[in-house]
Amino acid sequence: MSVLRSYFNKSRPALKELRFSFHLLNKNRLQRVSLIIIVVLFLIAIFAPFIAPYPHLIMRETNPVDRLQPPSARYWFGTDELGRDLFSRVLYGTRISLQTALIAVALALLIGVPLGAVAGAVSGFLDEVIMRITDIFLSFPPLLLAIAIAAFLGPTLENAMLAIAISWWPWYTRLIRGQAVSIRERQFVRAARAIGTSSTRIIFQHILPNCMAPVIVQASMDLGGVILTIAALSFLGLGAQPPTPEWGLLISTSRTYFLNAWWYSTFPGLAIFLTVLVFNLMGDGIREVLDPRTRKV
Amino acid sequence: MIRFIVRRLFLGGVVLLGVILITFFLARVVPSDPAAKWAGPRATPAQIVQARLELGLDKPLPAQFYKYLTDLLQGNLGHSLRTRQPISQELKASLPATVELVLLSTLAAVLIGIPLGVISAKRKNEMVDHISRLFSVGVVSLPTFWIGLILQLVFFRILGIMPMGGQLSTHLRLTMEIPKITGFLTFDTLITGNFVLFLNAIWHLILPGITIALYPIGLVARMTRSALLEILNEDYITAARSYGLAERTVLWAYALKNSLGPTSTVVALSIGYTLVNTFLTETIFAWPGIGSYIATAVIGLDYPAIMGVTIFSALSYVVLNLIADIVVALDPRVRV
Repeated sequence: MSVLRSYFNKSRPALKELRFSFHLLNKNRLQRVSLIIIVVLFLIAIFAPFIAPYPHLIMRETNPVDRLQPPSARYWFGTDELGRDLFSRVLYGTRISLQTALIAVALALLIGVPLGAVAGAVSGFLDEVIMRITDIFLSFPPLLLAIAIAAFLGPTLENAMLAIAISWWPWYTRLIRGQAVSIRERQFVRAARAIGTSSTRIIFQHILPNCMAPVIVQASMDLGGVILTIAALSFLGLGAQPPTPEWGLLISTSRTYFLNAWWYSTFPGLAIFLTVLVFNLMGDGIREVLDPRTRKV
Repeated sequence: MIRFIVRRLFLGGVVLLGVILITFFLARVVPSDPAAKWAGPRATPAQIVQARLELGLDKPLPAQFYKYLTDLLQGNLGHSLRTRQPISQELKASLPATVELVLLSTLAAVLIGIPLGVISAKRKNEMVDHISRLFSVGVVSLPTFWIGLILQLVFFRILGIMPMGGQLSTHLRLTMEIPKITGFLTFDTLITGNFVLFLNAIWHLILPGITIALYPIGLVARMTRSALLEILNEDYITAARSYGLAERTVLWAYALKNSLGPTSTVVALSIGYTLVNTFLTETIFAWPGIGSYIATAVIGLDYPAIMGVTIFSALSYVVLNLIADIVVALDPRVRV
């Protein structure tokens, strides 16, 4: 049995490494707490309509009798200017933020990954063209580019996602290209080339799957930043539109009332802060564990 | 060395051209009817036709790009839809207020961020390090616009010791003559010796300054820490220690000096990020800078103004990066 296990461990070094990394991550108390919170956030996002105490007071329906009520046993986070329950709205906002962030990152990967793989695998003119284009995109602060794109596409949440994807993909292209360049000369790729495998097949079936690990890590680390960017776009009026309970939009609307209703801006902001913080802490942890120099066994 | 700088300048030029190309595409090619966008949401058909002619949309794309480029080189960013004024002039008027904020936050990033990173690296994995790291991760996770509101809530509404916003108190603005020499309020009031206005201006700078500075402080502290940790493992540090040099000398003179390369790059980058962060904070503090300008433009869908600010910010970001690269290249180890 133990022979079998050691055989498996030898044959699946990547898996073993992964389990080991997870073990290291789990050992650090801060990271463990972050991981638990992330899981809870995803659960909230999935079950938001069922957890929310006042699911009808999230979107269009209003309750003017209870407008701008401070937090109480009835309304945990207080109510907004139309008497809607802020706790329910913030909970529902979790779903919007996580969903849009995941889609935006997925879109960025969809653009960036194939381009990076092609650039790294073919080298030469095409590589040069793709990389110079990424250089140009990388010379914008991502938020600035996202603001400009979202403004021209029109202010909706979908366009905000698209804008973020367009300003984010070059990071993945650069990362994948670096990986692909090193894999290109490996024995198994040469072997594939020698037996006449088409270059498309080599890129997408042999090179790409071997470059994905660092990109997935990077993408998960980026989620915090993307959530923050979505909130910022919505705050400026370039993302979600009322009555969507998006966190950035809630803070933006609260500006008219917050001096006399502290809860209105405080709770959505805390939600953004907590979510971005746990994703960033998790990202830091992943980076530290994967880097042998900073790894603490 | 000179070859490197020339090459970097050339590449910088290529990137600049690319940035201009992207903004051109955003403004003229992406929208289905750029003239309608340019003329604004309530334009009459005649105004749209007028905009089409002004933008040269009846000409082929390369000709349009050529005109766009030559206009830009002459500093012509078009006219704002809202005010009908030239955008370049409006930017020039609102630039000093923003520069004051950005400079202040960069100063804070260097004066607070670097020592924080050094202490953190020196006491690695001790309590101080944990707190400082949590602080650095914390501040980069904070929504800038939210922290501005919270500061107003605490220091203006609850404690009543800070102004809500603006560059000067209303009674001073209405009763005193505001010196206008360079446009930088703190500088102008200082050199004209008007200390009442100067102190009032500084007092108004504090809250927006803190709001904007938190992010770069965290970023610089993080970078300094990791760069230092890497260097503290080098042989020459061990050698310096074995010579019996004071730990303080080793840390601040030997190690820190060698870690400043990556740190200065981050400082330059963070200036660019700070500039964009002013877009989110200036409106909160009624700060009459570029951030308020673009926020107003976004609400009114004033496309030429949005584009003008985008081009301006992107260009300053590229130039800052260029400077950082050249500064880093002064380090003989990096020379190519």
